[in-house]
Amino acid sequence: MAAVQDGQLNLEVEKDIKTEITNDGSGNINASSSSPGSTSSGGKSKSPAGSGEDQQTLLAVLQFLKRNKLTESVDILRREAGLSADADDSPVSESAGAGSGGVPSVGADGGDANSLLSRVSIATPVAPPATAPPKVVAASGGEDQPDVNVVLSAYSQQGDPVLYPLYYNGLKKFIESVLDCHRAELSQVFYPLFVHMYLELVYNNHENEAKQFFEKFSGDQECYYEEDLRILSSMSKKEHMKGNETMLDFRTSKFVLRISRDSYQLLKRHLQERQNNQIWNIIQEHLYIDIFDGMPRSKSQIDAMSGSLAGEGKRDANKAKVFYGLLKEPEIEVPLDDEDEEAENEEGKPKKKKPKKDSMGSKSKKQDPNAPQQTRIPLPELKDSDKLDKIMNMKEATKKIRLGPDNLPSICFYSFLNAYQGLTAVDFTDDSSLIAGGFADSTVRVWSVTPKKLRRVKSAADLSNIDKESDDVLERIMDEKTASESKILYGHSGPVYGISFSPDRNYLLSSSEDGTVRLWSLQTFTCLVGYKGHNYPVWDTQFSPYGYYFISGGHDRVARLWATDHYQPLRMFAGHLADITCTRFHPNSNYVATGSADRTIRLWDVLTGNCVRILTGHKGPIHSLAFSPNGKFMASGATDGRVLLWDVGHGLMVGELKGHTDTIYALKFSRDGEILASGSMDNTVKLWDTLKAFDDVELDDFTAATGHIHLPENSQELLLGTYMTKSTPVIHLHFTRRNLLLAAGAYNP
Amino acid sequence: MAEERRPKQCTVVLPTESMKAMAESIGVGQLQEESCAALSEEVSYRIKEIAQDALKFMHHGKRRKLTTSDIDHALKLKNVEPLYGFQSQEFIPFRFASGGGRELHFYEEKEVDLSDIINTPLPRVPLDVSLKAHWLSIEGVQPAIPENPPPAPKEQQKAESTEPLKVVKPGQEEEGSIQKGQGAISAEAKGKKEGLMRMKPRSTHELSVEQQLYYKEITEACVGSCEAKRAEALQSIATDPGLYQMLPRFSTFISEGVRVNVVQNNLALLIYLMRMVKALMDNPTLYLEKYLHELIPAVVTCIVSKQLCLRPDVDNHWALRDFAARLMAQSCKTFSTTTNNIQSRITKTFTKSWLDEKTQWTTRYGCIAGLSELGPDVIKTLILPRLTVEGARIKAVSEGPVVSNIDKIGADHVQSLLLKHCASVIAKTRPLPDNMEQYRADYGYLGPTLCSHVVKARAQAALQAQQVNRTTLTITQPRPTLTVSQSGIGGSGGSRSPSIIKVPSSLTLMSTRPGTPTQPSPPATKYIVMATSAGASSTQQVITLSSSSGSSVTSTVASATSTLQPLVKLESRGAGGLGGSRPLQKYIVVSLPTSASSSLESKSGMLPPSSSSTSPISLEAGMKMDRSDSPGASTQSPH
Repeated sequence: MAAVQDGQLNLEVEKDIKTEITNDGSGNINASSSSPGSTSSGGKSKSPAGSGEDQQTLLAVLQFLKRNKLTESVDILRREAGLSADADDSPVSESAGAGSGGVPSVGADGGDANSLLSRVSIATPVAPPATAPPKVVAASGGEDQPDVNVVLSAYSQQGDPVLYPLYYNGLKKFIESVLDCHRAELSQVFYPLFVHMYLELVYNNHENEAKQFFEKFSGDQECYYEEDLRILSSMSKKEHMKGNETMLDFRTSKFVLRISRDSYQLLKRHLQERQNNQIWNIIQEHLYIDIFDGMPRSKSQIDAMSGSLAGEGKRDANKAKVFYGLLKEPEIEVPLDDEDEEAENEEGKPKKKKPKKDSMGSKSKKQDPNAPQQTRIPLPELKDSDKLDKIMNMKEATKKIRLGPDNLPSICFYSFLNAYQGLTAVDFTDDSSLIAGGFADSTVRVWSVTPKKLRRVKSAADLSNIDKESDDVLERIMDEKTASESKILYGHSGPVYGISFSPDRNYLLSSSEDGTVRLWSLQTFTCLVGYKGHNYPVWDTQFSPYGYYFISGGHDRVARLWATDHYQPLRMFAGHLADITCTRFHPNSNYVATGSADRTIRLWDVLTGNCVRILTGHKGPIHSLAFSPNGKFMASGATDGRVLLWDVGHGLMVGELKGHTDTIYALKFSRDGEILASGSMDNTVKLWDTLKAFDDVELDDFTAATGHIHLPENSQELLLGTYMTKSTPVIHLHFTRRNLLLAAGAYNP
Repeated sequence: MAEERRPKQCTVVLPTESMKAMAESIGVGQLQEESCAALSEEVSYRIKEIAQDALKFMHHGKRRKLTTSDIDHALKLKNVEPLYGFQSQEFIPFRFASGGGRELHFYEEKEVDLSDIINTPLPRVPLDVSLKAHWLSIEGVQPAIPENPPPAPKEQQKAESTEPLKVVKPGQEEEGSIQKGQGAISAEAKGKKEGLMRMKPRSTHELSVEQQLYYKEITEACVGSCEAKRAEALQSIATDPGLYQMLPRFSTFISEGVRVNVVQNNLALLIYLMRMVKALMDNPTLYLEKYLHELIPAVVTCIVSKQLCLRPDVDNHWALRDFAARLMAQSCKTFSTTTNNIQSRITKTFTKSWLDEKTQWTTRYGCIAGLSELGPDVIKTLILPRLTVEGARIKAVSEGPVVSNIDKIGADHVQSLLLKHCASVIAKTRPLPDNMEQYRADYGYLGPTLCSHVVKARAQAALQAQQVNRTTLTITQPRPTLTVSQSGIGGSGGSRSPSIIKVPSSLTLMSTRPGTPTQPSPPATKYIVMATSAGASSTQQVITLSSSSGSSVTSTVASATSTLQPLVKLESRGAGGLGGSRPLQKYIVVSLPTSASSSLESKSGMLPPSSSSTSPISLEAGMKMDRSDSPGASTQSPH
């Protein structure tokens, strides 16, 4: 079994290399077939019939030799490989069966052998039968359609199409008959099996059989795969498979299942008893079975974690250590002589302020053990204005309302009127003084929500006239004539899907359908840079909490990390199997989370560029992500209307919040993290008690190690409030520094 | 494991017929059947692929509706040239056609005359995006302000009142608890979620201080002397979403008010109260079923009461009866169910007092009005059979010895009422020809007059059939005018006449109304006459209009109202003209207000009092006015 594991562990790239190697091997055999024995044995003896794939290769070689009447070498090879005669016979008998079952056009024997070879040698199935040297075939095939065919050719293995439903049904019967505790686990096999069998049928031009197969069994699949099934169902011809992204996803990435050892043994035994090679091959080739020791999981446990395009995240994908702690705040002298505060409220204030100050001081002095090193990634220097802002922030923080179940935040709703359904993105500045909207008509608009109007810096000519030594030079450089409540930024040539203010409020980022991310200056209200790199729509972008860096992700499935002063990305995070729909920085700026239409969330290390977490469990494309302020937890919302809570350190799902009925576009933790606000397309803002949610989860070592979490069904208890708007989908949420919740959306008459 | 059978997904393929049609459209003649089949599969697949991509754009556009631009973007993803010329905010209306054994759906491309486009004034620039902030919640409690949805949605109110004993489902439970949270402390609301067996959330009717103030203000304004304030108050009642809590108060206020004022014969106050009822019924967030026991008696009183005013011979209490009858009909339509049987009970009440010999003319009028508003079926079964008897009675009054002036007026009103309602019904049901003698035989004294009315009604129906009738679209749209129009018009009819309220006394006003609502055609014919003589003087108008409005009206106010009425007509006609049936007519109708403005004080200030030479300009202005409404209606249709 361990050998199987090892064989499966290889990543996709490695696998390609391996096929090439085996290809060489078979070429050698072919060339030296006149002088049998020595070379082939040298090539093959090292890998006895351990991994299924090698075995397949061997069988193919054997068959080729046999057909060319090279019985001697067959015998030698068989001896060397330690294969029994009946193992060899099985595919032959199968091919005979296929012949009698009526495989069209090609002779049964030739067709089968050819297909098996093509699997090994990266040849297109239409290649001439094995009389031509396979190497040449490989070369020509490679020139034609290098990638897709490599990928697709694995499907050319065929059995009798008529038997597919029988195989599937047989397995279904078996799984239904096993003990309850195993049934749920083994049922996971159905979906990937169904997909791959269907694709095999389609690939081998058994259109009608494929259709029937689909109709017969698609109803059995879990409802959360419906989207994929719809895509699958539209694919009814081999030609369709070329260039279909979803298809490639199914093929290039192994579907990951977590199954307990007992259940797996059960399945394996069954399949071997039944000689059910078809299914076994699929399991070997297209599935990655992550076996664990211990109790089989329950249905609800499985359902909680499954649903992504490529199965669950592998356990070892979430093993890497994540430094989720916060960076130490730089020490800034807070001026204590704030008279205005004193004037505001005399009594009670000094007493309260003392402990506050202390706690803050202690927090900044002690280094969080889970925090990354301060200099793990280079961060921009603090400017004077940043320090001022920090001081303001702290002052505001002292006035912050402590939220809790008995102390719910007030919600101020900013409705965009007359937006004609064109509002696609919204962001607030951290100090809640500005609000920006991205629109479907390619514009970006910035509003000031404070009485302070937006002003532009004077032109260069005017600037030279200013007395640069004066104290209020910052005031003087602003052009009073341009003061207005809102400004429009023109530059994109497609809907603006992502928007983000820089923490210092000097810049604004916007990402658009036109494939660019643009950096705007909020001093001059002009575009500074257009970052080109994504060639497809960029769905989301966000500034790092420390500024300077930003992340973007889009339809090309790659998230890119940029620095504002580089026109090329610093990091490219590749690994998602579908569009990256949302991107978020970890509060310590060392990590980046991306949510995707493949229904997974990945956490990437900014320093190394590695993917350190793969979180599965959503049943629809993820449209919102939020980190808790302490960096320990994450919340994610998807089109399925559920909010999932994650423990970033352990890589575990720790909560599920049900209640929304439509896509969740906005998530935000309150400033202290006690309350999570979620905003959805269903026109509601909901508040959730996250303190309780995180408390309720008992994280012992076992669950932490295995990741089998029992989710308490407590959404209703955690829900603190539902606030319905009249007809305004909520697309952004923001907590002010005093814990007032701001929400935004476009009124939709 | 299998949750529910999903619809079969893989079978949907475009028909080969479409392939043929498309091939022909680009000049490929004989397409083989196999190629068609192959093509259709391929095309279906590609279309599905594109649709799936387009869906992504919809999701990221934060919309629920797939738009044409989404498709364009999806095509762009695939490196395909987008489809130009299909830009549309709303759906594209596909037309269906069949013939020669083929069925086609196609997008109608109208031929556009460039000069038309150049000459029509530019549509109004759409409003710019703006930001508006409001409190969605204050410390966990959602304030009842117009920006927020009503605390108890109408469905819930309906569910509560119609099925009071239903076990509250979890979904409703949630809403109930929120509502409770508003009244009480939010912490209390949170703790009580676990009671699936709870029968029904107890609704508290304690009013907050703000609500009490509001109630006071509104009721005072509604019955006060300032008409502008009243209009505002009524608008508030008709639109405010947060009135649910105050409903019992309002209903009691109205019923008590009617009781007192009927005794005192205070016609004006009764009218104000009825307008309040109307406003309450217009409010889309309120469900009045629970309060009908108070409202219906009040309304019925206003319909059939013997005396509603101090001077029955002069005051126009008839209009109040009409108005209240329309309210009654509306509430029958909305609230009548098999359990409460409102309609049949009301019908019985009316019929009983109508059949009574000793009933006064006023009550008689009210009964007939109430019945006839209930619809043509009621008229046919209950009123038509009694026309002969009623005719005889009227004859006795009008031709017999003079009993009293009041009786005579009453008989006159009953007669015109009967003629108006019966004529339209007879016109629809009775076969041609309209023989005067035959009518006399069938309907007695009223026969001959009825006959002429029927003939008129038929002519008008024929005229209506010719025109594309799109009046409702534009007229229901503008909200400010809508609320103002509450005075005279029962909501049952499609067309509402805005700006009637400007006239000081709403009483006389309402009497002109009968001509307008559902069957506007006698005036319509007259307009065409005026159309041919474009420079029609204002006096001419007044004459034609007042004659069309049927009932006799005091003349001084009539001139004012009639100048307003063409304006109304005008809008509807302009909208009809947009349909394209007769552009000529459109212009003429629009030109009406200019002539009106030259003679009377202009209603719309922008039109300069001018000679006929400047009229084309003002004409355009008028056009713009009514056009600017319709794009608004299509792009941002209200609620």
